[in-house]
Amino acid sequence: MTHGRNSSRRTAGWGGIYRGHRARVGERLAEMGIFVVSLSAIALIFLIFLFVGREAWPILIQSDSVNSAAVQDVIPAVDLPKLSPEQIRAYLGIDAAQLDRMDSETIRELMLVREEAFASLPQSLQRDPDARLNTVRWRSLILPHQWAGYSRPEFIWQPIGEIHKYNIVPLLVGSLKTSLIGLAFAVPFALGAAIYVSQIARPRLREWLKPAVELLSGIPSVVMGSFALIVMATVLQRFFGYETRLNAFVAGIALGMAVIPIVFSIAEDALTSVPRSFIQAALALGASEWQAAWQIALPAALPGVFAGVVLGFGRAVGETMIVLLVCSASVMSWNIFDSARSITTTIAAEMAEAVAGNHHYRVLFLLGTILFAVTFVTNLLGDIFIHRLKRRLEGKQ
Amino acid sequence: MSATTIPSRPSLRGIRWRPVSNFFSGLTRLATFSILALLAILLSTILVNGLPGLSFRFISTIPKKDFFEPGSAAVLPMIVGTTVRVFVMTLFVIPIGVITAIYLTEYAASSSLYTRVIRAAVNNLAGVPSIVFGLFGVGFFINFIGRGFDSLTHQAGPQLGQPCLLWASMTLAVMTLPVVIVATEESLKSILPGLREASLALGATKLQTIIRVVLPNALTGILTGGILAISRAAGEVAPILFTGVAYYMRDLPKSPTDQFMDLGYHIYVLSTQSPNIDQTKPVLYATVLVLLVLTFSLNGIGILARARLRRSGRSDS
Repeated sequence: MTHGRNSSRRTAGWGGIYRGHRARVGERLAEMGIFVVSLSAIALIFLIFLFVGREAWPILIQSDSVNSAAVQDVIPAVDLPKLSPEQIRAYLGIDAAQLDRMDSETIRELMLVREEAFASLPQSLQRDPDARLNTVRWRSLILPHQWAGYSRPEFIWQPIGEIHKYNIVPLLVGSLKTSLIGLAFAVPFALGAAIYVSQIARPRLREWLKPAVELLSGIPSVVMGSFALIVMATVLQRFFGYETRLNAFVAGIALGMAVIPIVFSIAEDALTSVPRSFIQAALALGASEWQAAWQIALPAALPGVFAGVVLGFGRAVGETMIVLLVCSASVMSWNIFDSARSITTTIAAEMAEAVAGNHHYRVLFLLGTILFAVTFVTNLLGDIFIHRLKRRLEGKQ
Repeated sequence: MSATTIPSRPSLRGIRWRPVSNFFSGLTRLATFSILALLAILLSTILVNGLPGLSFRFISTIPKKDFFEPGSAAVLPMIVGTTVRVFVMTLFVIPIGVITAIYLTEYAASSSLYTRVIRAAVNNLAGVPSIVFGLFGVGFFINFIGRGFDSLTHQAGPQLGQPCLLWASMTLAVMTLPVVIVATEESLKSILPGLREASLALGATKLQTIIRVVLPNALTGILTGGILAISRAAGEVAPILFTGVAYYMRDLPKSPTDQFMDLGYHIYVLSTQSPNIDQTKPVLYATVLVLLVLTFSLNGIGILARARLRRSGRSDS
């Protein structure tokens, strides 16, 4: 603030610090401390990316150390002398440091254990070609697969049972489906309310309408979720008459209620920031209030409104508890009255069962990485739109 | 052209009958009031169904294992767990958030590269899904720092390398950092430049000015930021799912390395794990009511304090 007027001319010092006077050592040290602490937000973004990505790393590089196949090829223990260290590591799924610590006797023991484990598997599984499939390869993660017992290739997420099926497409569809239903419900209401509050309502009404709508954002998502589960699901079913009581539609509506305050706040801010003179000019030329709002204020504020929708989408995709409470079966279907399982729900529901470090655990972190990447992009887009709105309203188009 | 200058506005507008415009204006009004109606239905349902279940015993005893029955259900350990975790969180988030805000408003030039990158990072952090923070808590706090400490101190069992109150609070601190930074920045900006200049003119250094003049004046704003962060964190469940919350504990948490029970998570448990949902409903509504009272009263304080801050800032300048 204080330096805002002249800082552009004067060069800032170390760490962008502008002080305007000479300082003693202690003060300089304190300033360095302030600078270093202020980098924490940047550091945290990096750390999140690093540590969520680190757990998913073996899958991202498709390392041999993660293998989710129910039946794995067995190398007889007597063949140990013929194997190179790399082959042993890949076979036993261990890293170089672990291998160094083992003597050949331990390795032979481990190989024997593998042989016994194979022998103890049921015959049907030993012969099943699907059981030898490493389901964390990109091919299995993304493409449909013709599983035994199914009539055609299918996308299946089923991390339990003998064969772990890790196709992430149903989860992506689930996330998209619920978020889009939520947005389709939230945007008309939020946008209508934003136009009403910013352009049409009287100032005195406006003063309490805005905080009242924003009160909705103070409701924790777990409360919204359990309300949807217990009250809304029944009401909506009676109203629309579909079969399954808990489905993506109910989850989407509840998500929409959680997203309304976000879209509303950002769109309302954008509409309010349109210079009053624009509206007054339109009204003076004989336009009605609605015409001024729809044809003048809304186009001027469009980037901001867009930012609201994009950030609302980001919030809906990242929301966990609502979908977790309302529906959980992972079915590959675009029908809005079917169940759906989103990415967030899957992580929340399955993390507790996953053994740290195994394939299931790593796939869940992969989902987290995807989620982080998606919201990173939506946040960036939202920022760009808001920036564009500012430039437009300042006349620098 | 605003309503205050022309009181007889409706009659002015009525010169020409505009059915299309009136229809769409009506639609926007309808949208606004439907949102409010939804909110009212939500809150009144919870209030009407939750009030009968509330009693002094309900909020002041530790329940036995079957907390689904209205007769034996109670929420004391959940209230304690939620309260403690958010207050431990403020110990971490407020110093870091306030210092970052000081750097952004007091030291850095508003157009410098550092400022832009820090702001972008803060914005981004605000949009990261809460479940990703949970994963981060597992990957960084528990697996990396916790296990690292445990192997350094050669503990017999895991001490810090497991979910506990400390890690849950720190995960929430990461999540709420943007809230504190933005609120503090707002209050620092509302302080008159003249105040700083007067201090500097009297010979104080910049750091002395910040500590003695700027910060005391910004205290309301900093507290507001803390309260907003607390009210946001109090209702969040996803980040603590794997970093510290427990399904059931016989006792209150005694140390930062203990697990804890939590109101939000308890609502999730009550709505999904109950053997007889109709019987559990009164307990569920009462628990939801307790959580809402907690978050709304905190939110209310935050909003009031901020409104006051804005008003005082406006009247000064």
